Amino acid sequence: MTGSFLSRNPSVLIFIAVLALFTLLATVFSEAFGAGLISTSFIKTLGKTLCLCLVAIAMDLVWGYAGILSLGHMAFFGLGGYMIGMWLMYERTRGIVTSSMANADIPPTPQEVTDAIGNQIFGVVGSSDFPAIWAFSASLPLQLALVVLVPGLLALVFGWLAFRSRVTGVYLSILTQAMTLALALYLFQNDSGLRGNNGLSGLQNLPGLDAVSQDVVSVWFLWASALALGLGYMLCAWVVSGKFGSVIRGIRDDEARVRFLGYSVESYKLFIFVLTAVIAGIAGALYYPQAGIINPAEIAPIASIYLAVWVAIGGRGRLYGAVIGAAFVSLVSTWFTSGQVPSVNLGVYTVDWVDWWQVVLGLSFVLVTLFAPKGIGGLFDLISGRLAPNRHGKDLGPDAGSLREQEAEQ
Amino acid sequence: MRHFLAALMALVLIAPVAVAQDQDPDQSAVETGPVQTLLQTHGAAIAKASRKTIQPTIDALLSSGLPEIQQVLQKWQAREIWQRKSDNLFFAGEEIAKRTIRLTDFDTGETVGELSTKELKQIKPNSGVQALIGTALVQFQLSDPDPDLRAAALLSIERDPGPDLLAPLRASIATETDPALRARKERVNTLLTISYDADEAARLAAIDSVAGDLGVDVRATLNPLLTTTRKVAEGAAPEGANIAAIVTPGRDIDPDAAYDLIAGTAGLPPRIGPDDIRAALSSNIDGGRVAGIPVASLDTPETRLAAYDKLAEAGAAQPRVTEAARAAALAAHTIYDAYDEPSAAVTDAAARALRDIELKVGMNQALDLTLDALSLASIYFLAAIGLAITFGVMGVINMAHGEFIMMGAYTGYVVQQVIPDYTVSILVALPLAFAVTFAAGVAMERLVIRHLYHRPLETLLATFGISIALQQIAKNIFGTQARPLTSPAWLDGAWVMNDVVSISYIRIAIFVLALIFLGVFLFIMKRTRLGLETRAVTQNPRMAGSMGINPDRVNMLTFGLGSGIAGIAGVAIGLFAKVTSELGSDYIVQSFMTVVVGGVGNIWGALAGATMIGFLQKGIEWMNPSNTLAAQTYMIIFIIIFIQFRPRGIIALKGRAAGD
Repeated sequence: MTGSFLSRNPSVLIFIAVLALFTLLATVFSEAFGAGLISTSFIKTLGKTLCLCLVAIAMDLVWGYAGILSLGHMAFFGLGGYMIGMWLMYERTRGIVTSSMANADIPPTPQEVTDAIGNQIFGVVGSSDFPAIWAFSASLPLQLALVVLVPGLLALVFGWLAFRSRVTGVYLSILTQAMTLALALYLFQNDSGLRGNNGLSGLQNLPGLDAVSQDVVSVWFLWASALALGLGYMLCAWVVSGKFGSVIRGIRDDEARVRFLGYSVESYKLFIFVLTAVIAGIAGALYYPQAGIINPAEIAPIASIYLAVWVAIGGRGRLYGAVIGAAFVSLVSTWFTSGQVPSVNLGVYTVDWVDWWQVVLGLSFVLVTLFAPKGIGGLFDLISGRLAPNRHGKDLGPDAGSLREQEAEQ
Repeated sequence: MRHFLAALMALVLIAPVAVAQDQDPDQSAVETGPVQTLLQTHGAAIAKASRKTIQPTIDALLSSGLPEIQQVLQKWQAREIWQRKSDNLFFAGEEIAKRTIRLTDFDTGETVGELSTKELKQIKPNSGVQALIGTALVQFQLSDPDPDLRAAALLSIERDPGPDLLAPLRASIATETDPALRARKERVNTLLTISYDADEAARLAAIDSVAGDLGVDVRATLNPLLTTTRKVAEGAAPEGANIAAIVTPGRDIDPDAAYDLIAGTAGLPPRIGPDDIRAALSSNIDGGRVAGIPVASLDTPETRLAAYDKLAEAGAAQPRVTEAARAAALAAHTIYDAYDEPSAAVTDAAARALRDIELKVGMNQALDLTLDALSLASIYFLAAIGLAITFGVMGVINMAHGEFIMMGAYTGYVVQQVIPDYTVSILVALPLAFAVTFAAGVAMERLVIRHLYHRPLETLLATFGISIALQQIAKNIFGTQARPLTSPAWLDGAWVMNDVVSISYIRIAIFVLALIFLGVFLFIMKRTRLGLETRAVTQNPRMAGSMGINPDRVNMLTFGLGSGIAGIAGVAIGLFAKVTSELGSDYIVQSFMTVVVGGVGNIWGALAGATMIGFLQKGIEWMNPSNTLAAQTYMIIFIIIFIQFRPRGIIALKGRAAGD
């Protein structure tokens, strides 16, 4: 344990440098601050991708390092988005309502303003009263605190219940998936207080900043996302670098052994679960103002499974792998599903990539799992020369880790 | 008589064909039959019939007792009576060609002649008159020799009961020969008696006789007797009124609303609401001030009230109703709900009978709910039983299990495209679906799962990859719209026990299918070589290998079996659900829940899990029927909490079989 944190983790410096360079280039080429080579919508896509990278790092921490395959982190991501969305929607509607009421011959009472805002926001679900969960929506600091608190508390309660009763492995995955499904189904109701399947919309407009064009706002969000990603990366790298990191890797590899060594396995897992939920919430709070709309479909279990797919393809157990996976797969998905990829004519059948991309993604995911468990990140091992032990031949027995034919001969 | 003769002469001149058919024109001209005479007596009323005035005429026709009256009324209702302009006689007319009408005499039934529409006047009763005639006709239909017509008449009474129908219905009961129809007539008679009989004792007897009857028609008859109207009376409630309840302001009704109600009937000044104040203020703005108060400061309710009161003092607005005035108005008046039915004895009896019925309905609803829950449980069991093999016995997480269900359903759809007979196609589809998904399962096991046996989390993800690929392929082949999988005709309809309890035959079939699967599973696992080998490989693969069992082969076959059962379940589910590419993903989470809740590695566990989830979901839906989304949410939360207390499920394996 010598040297500073950064000198022991040179990959962090490299990552920060690459991220800074990327942000700089994107800014220089953006429409708002430079050459205009990159359209505003693509700047937004890049900014959203950075947020997805941040939640992928959280997923990597909880799955790749602690071995908990959570299928619920996109729910925390969505909750973060909902929390910031409530403030954005409330403030923006308030602005619209007050400006329209200013023309009336009698100034409105505060109650009338609140009623009008409620009517505007909840008219779509046949209501006009503010539900209790909107109590803090008028205050930005409180809603920002909720961005962290709501996913954190949900993760704390759920994790405490689950880890305490020693639900592990695939059971935990199914349970987290059930939690996500329950949350999504709940939010789909019109009387959930969050506008049912209409979701929250118009989030791309920042209240009070109507004069600033979306070109500029998108670059601001790109900077914020990059900053959050950089900080999140450093935090996660720091968490996994020291003794704490060794313990959670130990839990991943053999939970019972770590428990017998006297560590409180449940507390470690709970800490990681809550920490990653909070990171996911922050990522969501940055993502949805760029996307402009959030609805319960974003929280559906499938989204969380895709998150696991990104991390697996990028290479789990290394933070930069998660970033690469999220960026690569989500950008390629966007490209393929946008219809810009030319169709392949096979003579009897024309392969339209909008229809077939999903198939390619699913099958390539199977192939990565089977043949390249390290994912794209594994390519860096080739450069650094760190290779796995060269084990060949079949297992001598059906149990995991048993000697293989050639090892037995030695 | 002379003008009849003259008319006939005219007819002879105009329509010689008709005359040729008429054998003895002189005689028919001299005597008009009794029906025609009767019609002529009411000729003016019939020709210009209106709903308000025609009833005496209809009654007169009915009371004549002539057998032809039924035909007259039918023709009248069908607008097939024509009046000859020359002599105002009424005939049944039939249009034989454009603008040519063949006339038939009502009394003799003989054809009188064929005339152009120019010389005739069609009798066109409006719909109100037609309805009255229809009511009058009911008594003929109720005694018609054709039982189908009698049943149709009875049905029309059931659909559209009325006080006039009571007498003809009662008259027809005595002569009714068909016992089933007679029973129906008596039941309708009871219901009509409850609603319309003038004799109160008869009504009370009828009400008592239907207490505890589950029929929807009984409740539809009794409920209107208990409708209430909210009324306001000065002082105490009037003596004669049939009062359901006295409404107390503050407890049953908001005092403001109570005041509005009183003000509306007693002519008191209305309450001034915030909107009224706002309107009054904005119409009294004078140089930026309202009653001396600057407009800019009118942004709180208090200043607005103050300004309004000043306006009221100045006479520019109506004064507000003070608290004291409101309290006085409330104290001086009684608000009460009065029954629309004046007789207290009848409403009491109806309420008593309805209470009896509600109790019985509640018990039957519980039975119905139990049947529903059983059927839902058998669906979950069907969806989960394949999973109970692959996940429960082998420990393989197969996220593509739902897609195997979907493949089975689409197999059924494709078979129905080839074989049009639904019964045969289902019989073909069941084994074919098994074959298709068995092959898919074996292929998946050999290509993917075999390499991941020691990495369960990665199995989960790899099979998820297969799942999204399969879903998209199905979408590309069959499109996004739902495809029908039609059940054979003998599975249509429902087994109806009474008006409350019923269950569709498809659900019974699925229940039976689930039972069959349970039996097949138990047989394979306990009585066959494959089952023995599967259990051996699951418990200790190395030992099983030493005993000469090939674990790879056994795993492959077991996985294929589990997948094949999913395919058959897919056909069954497709019969009542829409077949789409997302069919499987709708069931996958519930299926895993079923297996996990029930207890892994045990078929009885899956059964217990499916039963619990089915009953739970129906129970929650019953408590909150409007919202199935909320029911699913609460169910999942319940399951998460349940797992806290029984992490290994309802039926947990014990000892070495439990593994880890």
